[in-house]
Amino acid sequence: MTTLDEIAGHFGQYGGRFVPEALIGALEELDAARIKAQTDPTFIAELAELHRTYTGRPSILTEAKRFAEHAGGAQILLKREDLNHTGSHKINNVLGQALLTKRMGKKRIIAETGAGQHGVASATAAALMGLECVVYMGEEDTKRQALNVARMKLLGAEVIPVTSGSRTLKDAINEAMRDWVTNVETTHYMLGTVAGPHPFPSMVRDFHKIIGEESREQVLALTGKLPTAVLACVGGGSNAIGIFHRFISDPEVRLIGLEAAGDGVETGRHAATITGGTPGVLHGNRTYVLQDENGQTIESHSISAGLDYPGVGPEHAYLHDIGRAEYRAITDAQAMHAFALLCKTEGIIPAIETAHALAGALQIGNELGPDAILLINLSGRGDKDVHTAAQYFGIPL
Amino acid sequence: MSTPLDDLFVKVRSENRAALIAYIPAGFPTIEGCKKVIQAFVEGGVDAIEIGFPYSDPVMDGPTIQAAADQSLSQGTNAADVFAALKVATDSGVPAVVMTYWNPIEKYGVEKFAQSIAANGGSGVITPDLTIEESTGWKSAVEKNEINPIYVVAPSTSAQRLPQVTSRCGGFVYAASLMGVTGTRAAVSSGAPDLVARIRETTELPVAVGLGVSTREQAKGVAGYADGVIVGSAFIKAMQDAPNEAEGLKSVKELAQQLSLGVREGR
Ligand SMILES: Cc1ncc(COP(=O)(O)O)c(C=O)c1O
Repeated sequence: MTTLDEIAGHFGQYGGRFVPEALIGALEELDAARIKAQTDPTFIAELAELHRTYTGRPSILTEAKRFAEHAGGAQILLKREDLNHTGSHKINNVLGQALLTKRMGKKRIIAETGAGQHGVASATAAALMGLECVVYMGEEDTKRQALNVARMKLLGAEVIPVTSGSRTLKDAINEAMRDWVTNVETTHYMLGTVAGPHPFPSMVRDFHKIIGEESREQVLALTGKLPTAVLACVGGGSNAIGIFHRFISDPEVRLIGLEAAGDGVETGRHAATITGGTPGVLHGNRTYVLQDENGQTIESHSISAGLDYPGVGPEHAYLHDIGRAEYRAITDAQAMHAFALLCKTEGIIPAIETAHALAGALQIGNELGPDAILLINLSGRGDKDVHTAAQYFGIPL
Repeated sequence: MSTPLDDLFVKVRSENRAALIAYIPAGFPTIEGCKKVIQAFVEGGVDAIEIGFPYSDPVMDGPTIQAAADQSLSQGTNAADVFAALKVATDSGVPAVVMTYWNPIEKYGVEKFAQSIAANGGSGVITPDLTIEESTGWKSAVEKNEINPIYVVAPSTSAQRLPQVTSRCGGFVYAASLMGVTGTRAAVSSGAPDLVARIRETTELPVAVGLGVSTREQAKGVAGYADGVIVGSAFIKAMQDAPNEAEGLKSVKELAQQLSLGVREGR
């Protein structure tokens, strides 16, 4: 019998499980399945084969020389998760979770989505593996990301617009949790980031850590050195933890997460949870939260739907507190500047989420100069954002 | 030391009936209106009152309680208003508890929250998203302040885990009648009697059943096997569906009267 003290899933004071008792059984079942799969050669081979023949892994490393001229001449290396099938890092996690879903004998998956990338990835995995798929998406986001709504529907998923609360990602998660409490016997909740109750933060990280494992070798092969810094945007934090994780035990490598500052952290209209939040509990785990003095969640704001979330993964909260990773906030304007710059200097249209990491690279490159090697997680491509960007830059549609 | 809630269950057991426990979020329909709802509960004969702490992300609640929480929060309901509502209930002589998601407790201060419950005459706190694994600090705070920690168990709670949870409870064990969120239902889940029986194998504590009870008939059915019947969404709907506050209060009182007959008819 397990004692209360042995229950894992904490990162220092963060993480854990704050959920209705009804979900504990499913979380334990999931934890057992993912631990078993970690050492099961059949599972490992199956996932590796899917990544090779379906995702398109390993993703390549692209040196961005013309962009680098604007980043203090630092060497800029882009880890091209945007070239994955479905256009972002999100596919790494969903293929892993879909295989686990089948192993648990469940036939239906539910997912939340902000930008729609995780929803599209989930719908894709469901189509591939013959699972029923329901995606909850804030009504506000269904408008911002209409293209991705259509993609999910083409892939056979049902998209349910969520009209409660702020009608964005946090409310989509609430609604998915309510569905899960009700249908937990037949349904797996395919959470899209490194948040939520244990084991989600650890499990989702483990499905994404391939990003850091591949890119560490690629950077070493190309430069003979480890990067000076690794940069990634942080919404819930899955692409960031994925590229950071293999480097945590390389103390000389700086790990830098870029949060969304929206109109500016000082305006209160932002989504920079670590920079501007305080420790609390949201969506099943203890972490940094944007909250008021009564513990009510404050609505976040960002031009990027995928970063527009008032919480953050608990492992990031911990890495911040122990000083192993640094977190900075990038405004909408800074992100859109970097977005346009990458388009015009490298011929790559990034996701607006990713543009926050690129804006961070411009800052850090100028601080460190030409000797620095910066590895940036190019977490997604910008097709879904063409409408928003065109509006932002005044391009008539 | 026993709380007024403990004493209530001794009394209803001696009367061979179940207790009627009524829920209302603080600040609903308004901060003052909530106090009138509490008065209507008392006049309608409820045995105990649950004051809800409205929360921005209520993952255990269906549309009715979500809407009530939103309405309350839009008027700025805060912890002080929750404790004020609690005091209105306890001053009227009815045992009362607060039901809240965990984050508002953590933000207010765990020790201080337990103290404020006791200071306002409250008997305990229902914490629907606090797992026993995360409850170490809360356990010492409730023990120190001699209030009842009430945890929710579900039909999916395993045989191994059930005694671990019920042994942490005080006052009563909250049995969620079904897998799902709060809200009125056409019928109370057929799984509820089974869950209550499983709970009784692990504890002597009273067991109260919540989720989906809204009518006298349903209350009567639940009272046949449980010590308490918890009703929330039905009272909120009565207020929401009424043309004005006075009519709403009248239907709340009438519903309470009906339900309190139901809890006496079960055995
Ligand atoms: C391309 C891209 N990058 C980043 C994110 C943010 O998520 P996370 O912080 O979990 O990587 C999203 C979310 O939708 C995304 O689509």
